[in-house]
Amino acid sequence: MANLDIKLKVDASGLSCPLPILKATQGIKTVESGQLIEVLATDPGSVKDFDAWSKATGNAMVEQDAADGKFRFVLRRK
Amino acid sequence: MDETISIVLFSGTDDKLQAASVLVGGAAALGKPVRILLQYWALEAFRADRIKADHGLVPEAGEAGRAAIESAAKAGGSHWSDTLRMSKELGEVDIQACSLSMDVLKLKPSDLDSLVDGVEGVAAFYINAGEGQILFI
Repeated sequence: MANLDIKLKVDASGLSCPLPILKATQGIKTVESGQLIEVLATDPGSVKDFDAWSKATGNAMVEQDAADGKFRFVLRRK
Repeated sequence: MDETISIVLFSGTDDKLQAASVLVGGAAALGKPVRILLQYWALEAFRADRIKADHGLVPEAGEAGRAAIESAAKAGGSHWSDTLRMSKELGEVDIQACSLSMDVLKLKPSDLDSLVDGVEGVAAFYINAGEGQILFI
């Protein structure tokens, strides 16, 4: 796995729907187009939510993984 | 297709307002404009002096339902008014008070929380809804 240049980390662990995607929306506005943010979440719905959010907003999903009930998403601002 | 989602909030219990705030937050995060019309008991719940008061739950919730909702709130939920506030900051969310309900409940615009953008009638609501979907909660 290549080292990614993450500009902002958003920890939405413990937060329930729709707060993870709202926090991501808030966070991604603070970086420039083309830059990456990383979001951590524990909400089980966040996998499908971030997939939908990425498609709807055009902010591309660069990386996604899950371990021990924790989900991690890396997104590139459109 | 018109992307705007229009929601009539009629019910003023915390569980229904919580569920509505999730729908609004999701739409705001996806960049869909949301228009909300507050009627009757939902409007009453937006009074500035009691927006964070206990507005109760629908009857079918029962004791077990109340316990489940309280534990979910402690575990990482936010109050519905805070979710709406965040949605308004991040997206295009417009909240209007129904003028008839204002009359029935004898409310003035200054009685309402700052989340409420104005007062409108049903014709304005329909015109602004355009061809988009309307939900009633």
